[in-house]
Amino acid sequence: MAKTIDQYFDDLRETRVWRSIFRSGTGSSTLKRALAIQQNVFLHLFSTKVRTRMLSFSATWYLGTLTLGTFFILIATGIPLMLYYHPSAPQAYADTKDLQFVVSSGMFLRNLHRWSAHCMVFLVFAHMFKVFYRGAYRTPREFNWVIGVILLLMTLLLSYTGYLLPWDQLAYWAITVGSNIASAVPLMGNKIHFLLLGGNAVNANALLRFYVLHCMILPLAAMFFVAIHFWRIRKDGGLYSHSSEPAILRAKALTAETTAEEAQ
Amino acid sequence: MPDETKTANADSVNRRQFFAKLGLGSLGIAAAGTAAFAYQFLEPNVLYEPSPVVNAGKPDRYPLDSVTLDVNSAIYIIHSQEGYFSLSAVCTHLGCLTAWKPELNMIACPCHGSKFEREGKKIEGPAPKPLPWKRVWLNDDGDLLVDRSTDVPPLQRDSFVRV
Repeated sequence: MAKTIDQYFDDLRETRVWRSIFRSGTGSSTLKRALAIQQNVFLHLFSTKVRTRMLSFSATWYLGTLTLGTFFILIATGIPLMLYYHPSAPQAYADTKDLQFVVSSGMFLRNLHRWSAHCMVFLVFAHMFKVFYRGAYRTPREFNWVIGVILLLMTLLLSYTGYLLPWDQLAYWAITVGSNIASAVPLMGNKIHFLLLGGNAVNANALLRFYVLHCMILPLAAMFFVAIHFWRIRKDGGLYSHSSEPAILRAKALTAETTAEEAQ
Repeated sequence: MPDETKTANADSVNRRQFFAKLGLGSLGIAAAGTAAFAYQFLEPNVLYEPSPVVNAGKPDRYPLDSVTLDVNSAIYIIHSQEGYFSLSAVCTHLGCLTAWKPELNMIACPCHGSKFEREGKKIEGPAPKPLPWKRVWLNDDGDLLVDRSTDVPPLQRDSFVRV
């Protein structure tokens, strides 16, 4: 009797190598499926069980997941772009032109990076609107809303620092204007401006600082907060569902009681 | 006797607490040192920026009643009836480079629409302040020099250079 594809996969899952990596083993019992999530370093951030209706499009419009998707695209396109880009004043603009017109697929990668960045900003706002209007920020999820606000700031700072890197007139004046806004901070505004640019004007130091922030510091910080954000979804009782909120359940129970009393 | 020992220890620290405090204290000092170190490291000690003093050339390059913008040094050289003076061309709003509009007889910023008179006085916002006057003088060769790092009071006798 010929084996089905599923059976080949089951055989693979029984091999010693597979079992040494994924401990939970084969089988589709509730326990095994829960273990498969719980014993995976990436998936263990999420709940082991989710209501199927919470995975439907209408529950979340997948806005958070789509934001993560754009973030992955930005990492995947940003790293190859770094291979041709020198963050130095004489080279940065020429490298950007090379990426656009000389490097194979450079224009594709650069445009994909740019459009994903725009999409990510849009999706972050859409995600926050959805969470806000559904009331999903309320107790016990208020701390995760705070983490979300930090992630919004990370997204905007990533956009802002990336804006300087083409080193053209648009970038130069946008960062001149933007960094002057930082000077408006009371008392230490000028100090922040000086430290951010590494000088008094948008110069070679500023380009290098923005490059390091854009490619190193901010993405790492964003990943750190994304991990906390996902972990908190589980810790705060899973994705928000209006019908299973404690207050709603209590109200429902009360209504049921009253109806029962009236019937007597 | 045991009671006495207890009283003696009540407001003093035992060996374990002493070492815990010593450890936390040194960690605190180390953290403060690291913060100071990081701050000093992030602040550049040498800046490879252009000198604030600009040589604007011979004064006769600038005809009477003319306003000349030097894009690279972001200053105006203005030859008025009272003499030569220099204005910063950097908008006091958010740092854009302004431009002289001879047809309107005013200085205008392309970014957010601030407008200034030829003497730097603000005509309309969003700029919060007038364009500052910069110190001008003649060197021994008769060249007009401008110090972009020094502001001088506008329209004062000493703020002009007369040739």
